[in-house]
Amino acid sequence: MIAILDYDAGNLASVKKAVEYLGYPCVVTSDPLEVERADKILLPGVGHFSATSNLEARGLSAVVRNAMSREIPLLGICLGMQWMFESSEEAPEVLGLAWFRGQCQRFPDRIKVPHVGWNQLRVRNTGRLFQNIPSGTFMYFTHSYWAPVVECTTAECEYGTAFSAGVERGSLFGVQFHPEKSGDPGLTLLRNFCEL
Amino acid sequence: MLTKRVIACLDVDAGRVVKGVHFADLRDAGDPAELAPAYSRSGADEIILLDISAANQKRSTLLEIVRKTAQHLFVPFTVGGGIRSLNDATAVFDAGADKIAVNSAALENPALISQIARRYGSQAVVVAVDAKSSFTLRGNYEVWACGGKQSTGKEVLAWVRETEDRGAGEILLTSIDRDGTGDGFDCELTARVAVAVRIPVIASGGAGNACHFVQVFKEGKADAALAASVFHYGINTLSGLKQELALAGLPVRWPC
Repeated sequence: MIAILDYDAGNLASVKKAVEYLGYPCVVTSDPLEVERADKILLPGVGHFSATSNLEARGLSAVVRNAMSREIPLLGICLGMQWMFESSEEAPEVLGLAWFRGQCQRFPDRIKVPHVGWNQLRVRNTGRLFQNIPSGTFMYFTHSYWAPVVECTTAECEYGTAFSAGVERGSLFGVQFHPEKSGDPGLTLLRNFCEL
Repeated sequence: MLTKRVIACLDVDAGRVVKGVHFADLRDAGDPAELAPAYSRSGADEIILLDISAANQKRSTLLEIVRKTAQHLFVPFTVGGGIRSLNDATAVFDAGADKIAVNSAALENPALISQIARRYGSQAVVVAVDAKSSFTLRGNYEVWACGGKQSTGKEVLAWVRETEDRGAGEILLTSIDRDGTGDGFDCELTARVAVAVRIPVIASGGAGNACHFVQVFKEGKADAALAASVFHYGINTLSGLKQELALAGLPVRWPC
């Protein structure tokens, strides 16, 4: 069972729909016990970085950290990926999980913010998540803050600056774009995760 | 590079698509739940469903349509028409929309924009603005409400800046003068708005052929362009349009 974490950060229904469409059982939940039983965890999220403090409030942070130490595959999408970094300019007082180094920053004022639309990936390392997703693939992005390119960056994207579009380390995965809204390539990526 | 988006618009009245049924080379399905995925497969970067039913009692029908349309649609999906409160917006999001579009209700109660943006994020809030050139505003454009039937006296640039300040994530800008004419987008209007705000602008109204799209992206500085009935006037498929845009040197998602 795949647990899709509900922490009041936007619309989780679309992620659930996509996973179900691919034929994998999943549940949207904020119940720590249910998350603990899951064999994979999806951390979606659009919205403000401070929403991640709801994870702490609901006792989900501990469960997620615990799952990480048990090497349960975790995929953070958009805000879910940013939470895996140390912090964000959007809410500097809220700490991230610090599984990846660096702070998320706001796009510069000289370009339109948010970065909305289809943009191309530069895949640096296929890893397990980007199997059959070559460089040049278009994915759908919508975000105002970006995560830095780090050692564990598997895919980059460029909008005013180069930023992390995908990160991977062991059983930890993150993507800045929305695979559930990126047509067939997005579904391929979700399938790669569900198949782990 | 961030691509220019081509958005397919489904105008829905009483549950059926009433315009734009030739978008994807289909012989009328008329059913948004069939058309939306078909458009997506043929290259639409996004789908907007606008409920143009006049009567409010059809809300429950709309939600059912949104649910069915969203079921197997894996590109961004915006729903507009008759959203008058945060509760209305919540119902539409719960039914499967990724973004909502507000128009007249935002003009009556601009705080609605920030209410929805605070709950769902700015990226989920599209403000639809219907504009018409105006003599009284000395060559500037005026915002019209209620599907272009009611004058508001508001000047377009002032209004779009206000919506941006209140948390709008995108502007869907329709030229009432051009809408349905097939004479091309209003590039001047679009460019004025596109440089006035720092959020993406979707141009709408007047698309007749591929050149019009090229113009509105280049001269109009639009981030996205929307069309419904354009394919009655010569362009057969969305994929053909995307190909032409790519040939014109525009960054588009093609092949997709």
